[in-house]
Amino acid sequence: MAVANTGILDMSAAITGAGHDARGRPDAPREILSGPLSDSLSGPRSTGWWGMVWFAATEATLFACFIASYFFLLGDQENFGADGGQPISLIRPLIMTLLLLTSSATMWWGESGIKRGEVGRLRIGLAVTFALGTIFLLLQAGEYASSPIGPGTNAYGSLFFTITGFHGAHVALGLLMNLFVQLRARLGHFTATRHDAVTNISLYWHVVDGVWIAIFASLYLSPRLW
Amino acid sequence: MATGVVERVDLAALTDRLQEEWHTPRTLYGWFATVDHKEIGKRYLVTAFLFLLFGGLEAAAMRTQLARPESRLFSPEAYDQLFSMHGTTMMFWYASPVLSGFSNYLVPLLIGSRDMAFPRMNAFAYWAFLLSGLFVYASFLGGAAPHGGWFAYVPYTSVQYSPGLNMDFYALALLFLTISTTGGAVNFIVTIFKLRCPGMSVSRMPLMLWSTLTASVSMIFALPALTAALIFLELDRRFGTHFYEPTLGGSALLWQHLFWVFGHPWVYIVILPATGMASMMIPTFCRRPIVGHTYVALATVSTGIIGFGVWAHHMFATGMPELSATFFSAASMAVSIPSGMQVLAWLGTIWSARRHVFATPMLFMLGFIVLFVIGGISGVMTASVPFDLQATDSYFVVAHLHYVLVGINLFPALAAFYFWMPKMTGRMLSERLGKWNFWVLFTGVNLAFFPMHVAGLRGMPRRVYTYPAHMGWDGLNMVETIGAYVTVVGVLLFIINVVLSLRSGRRATSNPWGASSLEWSVSSPPPEYNFAVLPTVSGRDPLWEEYDSLSRPAAEHARNPAPTRIPASSELPDWRVLADGRETLDSTILDADPQGVLRLPSETLWPLGLALALTALFSALLFRSPVWTIAGTVATLAAVVGWLWPTQEFWT
Amino acid sequence: MALAQVRAIYDGAPSALAPVATQAARLAALGWAMIVVATVVFIAVMAILLIPLWRRRGAPHTDSPPADVNEVGWVVYGGAAVPALILAGIFVLTLVTLRASDPPSDAPHAPRPLEIQVIGHQWWWGVRYPQYDIESADEIHLPVGRVARITLMSNDVIHSFWVPQLAGKTDVIPGRVNTTWLRADTVGVWRGTCAEYCGMQHAHMALSVIAEPGGAFQQWARQSRAAATAPVERTNAGGGADLCHAMRRLSHRERNAGGRALWTRSYTFCVATHNRWRNASNVRGNVAGWIENPDRIKPGTRMPAVPLNGEQLVAVVAYLESLK
Ligand code: HEA
Ligand code: HEA
Ligand code: CUA
Ligand SMILES: [Cu+2]
Repeated sequence: MAVANTGILDMSAAITGAGHDARGRPDAPREILSGPLSDSLSGPRSTGWWGMVWFAATEATLFACFIASYFFLLGDQENFGADGGQPISLIRPLIMTLLLLTSSATMWWGESGIKRGEVGRLRIGLAVTFALGTIFLLLQAGEYASSPIGPGTNAYGSLFFTITGFHGAHVALGLLMNLFVQLRARLGHFTATRHDAVTNISLYWHVVDGVWIAIFASLYLSPRLW
Repeated sequence: MATGVVERVDLAALTDRLQEEWHTPRTLYGWFATVDHKEIGKRYLVTAFLFLLFGGLEAAAMRTQLARPESRLFSPEAYDQLFSMHGTTMMFWYASPVLSGFSNYLVPLLIGSRDMAFPRMNAFAYWAFLLSGLFVYASFLGGAAPHGGWFAYVPYTSVQYSPGLNMDFYALALLFLTISTTGGAVNFIVTIFKLRCPGMSVSRMPLMLWSTLTASVSMIFALPALTAALIFLELDRRFGTHFYEPTLGGSALLWQHLFWVFGHPWVYIVILPATGMASMMIPTFCRRPIVGHTYVALATVSTGIIGFGVWAHHMFATGMPELSATFFSAASMAVSIPSGMQVLAWLGTIWSARRHVFATPMLFMLGFIVLFVIGGISGVMTASVPFDLQATDSYFVVAHLHYVLVGINLFPALAAFYFWMPKMTGRMLSERLGKWNFWVLFTGVNLAFFPMHVAGLRGMPRRVYTYPAHMGWDGLNMVETIGAYVTVVGVLLFIINVVLSLRSGRRATSNPWGASSLEWSVSSPPPEYNFAVLPTVSGRDPLWEEYDSLSRPAAEHARNPAPTRIPASSELPDWRVLADGRETLDSTILDADPQGVLRLPSETLWPLGLALALTALFSALLFRSPVWTIAGTVATLAAVVGWLWPTQEFWT
Repeated sequence: MALAQVRAIYDGAPSALAPVATQAARLAALGWAMIVVATVVFIAVMAILLIPLWRRRGAPHTDSPPADVNEVGWVVYGGAAVPALILAGIFVLTLVTLRASDPPSDAPHAPRPLEIQVIGHQWWWGVRYPQYDIESADEIHLPVGRVARITLMSNDVIHSFWVPQLAGKTDVIPGRVNTTWLRADTVGVWRGTCAEYCGMQHAHMALSVIAEPGGAFQQWARQSRAAATAPVERTNAGGGADLCHAMRRLSHRERNAGGRALWTRSYTFCVATHNRWRNASNVRGNVAGWIENPDRIKPGTRMPAVPLNGEQLVAVVAYLESLK
């Protein structure tokens, strides 16, 4: 259920994100009012990129609502998280955080490769990112398996599993996008000037990582601060 | 092309070529596959209007039941479904989509572009809107329509107290609709930011763009709260979680906060674009630019922003701390100030008009101002905490919400139909019938909704399927019901007018009202490519540019509108005639300097395919079928991949 | 309770603008103030709208030359500053009224507030007086002039407690305890109602507040408590004669299973009879039908039809009728 829902919500993100609804024309005219007209809309200025910015904003707001719900219940309900109110160990989530941060870096590295036309570097970057994301998901599965509580235990459990589950689903979706782009990279779709899809999934991936930081801070770190 | 100047424009050849590039085949395939924003806009309008009729019929049924005390026409269960579906339909499947319809049709024309930034997403948003609406209405077939009111408070809507499919229909249909609305919002934002024609810098944007933009950005940040609330609800109902279960650490108030964090911005989302349309229409009929353009733009944006900080005024009776109650009370009063600015800008425009043209749209605009003020002031009254403790959940609130919704949504929408339908269909609506339409509707609406203030203060709670006699409510309710019937007659007059116009309406010229914005520079209806030569503007009222220096009527002046006048060919840069495939111009966000050429996609069935796959998925979720859920998910993913797969034209 | 008196009061609307207690009177005063301000603002705006239309009536169909307009004057002063002042005034009124409707502080000589617990159920109100050890339903007895502290709890979904002539609403929310207070200044019976949609019979979830002089209240309390000490078995044995009153004293615990359903159902009905919410319709057949098959008359009550034998049914009906 959770996965399905996230999938749907982000599906639309993927549509603009990795889409090619809009793109530059190869033989676009050049001289215009304010200088040369770019014949490629790749890079941070394409309409697709802007579309992804707003989808990412709405997704991030969804997580903000989840996290706000967590703090609301924490402040409002005395019995919130009465048993199993906080995750046992910090080690695993810390490793997961590091994995995701690294994967953001590798994604960036791959993307900066294609900006110079190096498809090989892009493919390596994507592949490594994919691997790191996969390990992240496996670790999360491990955490679920060893958790003393479940989503049906109490409201704390419901929130914990929904938040991390939805995030996991976003990661999984990011991996699917990653695969899609890897395939296109292999087919030679990308050049130094035309790689909207890469820029867009990379933005998505960074946002998903950023969301994880927020989750880590609120679900894992903050209970230890008071 | 090296010089960047078109040596010689053969206009006939250019339009032929554009026609060929942009033509959607008039076949069954073309009908389902179209991505033309004008076609999609019209579909939005027709579909939203049908939902208005559904919602209106439900309202008429309710009013019939409530005409007399102790009426037993409908069972309580039926009545509960009627008011829930009425509110839900009106708020979600009528009020917002009808505005999306106008924006869809008008935004590309207003900004001098050939389509939206993401035409396929546009088509998808429409199909998803339609299918989600059919999905929620399918609930009537099983007699299990949502019955929790439009805001569906838990725990009444939890599985314990509402075990049927009713609330699952509600939650899933809304989740489905949310996808459509989010897609639409992103599309408007990017279109307005990036596709404006050269010269249309931010400060020259017509006010309708400001309001559409504000509403769309609000959607981006408001809808997730609804999504979260609905996800929690479905998980609680079906997967044994406890978000709303107080005994296990959840809270019934969590729903209320999430819902209203979404809900209040939503009520502005369903009026802001309408106020933007008003700011286009009123100046037209006053023959002068709006008074205080910049302030109105500012007021629009600040309404959107402050609107996020007032949600708890729907929860004054929940026993919240006095301090927070007073905060939300003050914020709710503060949010009235930008509305006051807008109203005074219209009043100032009317005051300093160069002429008053009492065409039907203008009548609806005058009615709109009257209703807006009444509804706005009753809102301010309920914003006062102690007053609200008496008014909340009584018919006083029902009066408030109809004055604002009917006043600031339905009236401007009808005005806009009268105003822009000639552009869309090429035929005028009857002015005579239009005036009847206005007066009947205006009378009906006031008869139907004004007495509700009194009934509410006299202690009549809302959402009651019947009421005892001799409470001092009988006469009021009878008047309300009569008013509702008069309203229905008003709507029928409108329908008749539209039908007559389509069959035999007077032909519309390109600018029948003498208005000032770009859509009036093209023929009625516009060609499929909108603009043969892409326009440029150098002011806020492009079609009135030379008007102020002349005392000729704007209408006369507008016959030779400057922006699309074809300059001598040696002046014409080649980016104004883009005709190699479906192309339009991409420009910078603030100054609208041309930046690139966008190639837009042509007809495709993938958006419809994706919407159908989602329908299958949501139906599978509704009936808890794991197999179909998986199938639906796979189909959805497949549709996305099919959609995204680059077509040959981009790689050759 | 004299039915005539009930009727006399119920024939008026349970109107927030016809307050019978200081608390509601303050709200009503605020209400009237707002209505006046609203009317003035409305008339002013209408004047600004209509004057130009009227001034130019019959003007020639040509455009007058463009005129300079003081945009800041219209939009900033007229649209923002003036409304801000009016709103500030309304806000001050709001604060003043809010302060004034706080529960009166416990003055040293004031009598201890009467504690009342009101429990929302689909679709009736349980009422407990912990100080007197009394339980009843759908009616609240108040001694005139004494502050009653009302503690609100829900047994199922959200309800809202509203007696417009005495005070504003307070929601009744599961998992939360809300409080409000009432003080009746005169003798009378007032209608209260559930104001938050709570399901099918939300419309019929009414209650009455009965304000009596202190002595009468004490007497009522004594009687009710005395009734509560009588053995429960007698009721169950089917002696219908005082079924209705006996029902009140069953404690929460004892009202389980069929007993509970019967209790609620008959009790709700007793009250209905008292208060003529079903006025003319409670003829014998209807009453019997109601008890036998509640769903037909008050659909959605979700109470199992309790099988009473004919004799018991007749007895209950006879009793209910004797209440008229
Ligand atoms: C179109 C949608 C719309 C709009 C625009 C508004 C506008 C406002 N609303 Fe309304 N509201 C609803 C739709 C809307 N509302 C709905 C649907 C509900 C009920 C939901 C439900 O329970 O089902 C509701 C309920 C609602 C409540 C809760 C009532 C309750 O349930 O107890 C409150 C309380 O504060 C409120 C306040 C306001 C305020 C202060 C404004 C302000 O924005 C109004 C501002 C406008 C003006 C004030 C008029 C113009 C100004 C002037 C002419 C200047 C001079 C004026 C003064 C000096 C006062 N609204
Ligand atoms: C945009 C929003 C909108 C609009 C336009 C309306 C329009 C109307 N509304 Fe509604 N209403 C709401 C939004 C809206 N409403 C909301 C949000 C609620 C709260 C719900 C809740 O509590 O959850 C509500 C609640 C509500 C109630 C309170 C129910 C209750 O609390 O028990 C009532 C009662 O009278 C009512 C009446 C009406 C009437 C008479 C109209 C009239 O204006 C309708 C006019 C009629 C039509 C527009 C259609 C006419 C039909 C035809 C002409 C048929 C033609 C047919 C063919 C050609 C096939 N509405
Ligand atoms: Cu209880 Cu409504
Ligand atoms: Cu609101």
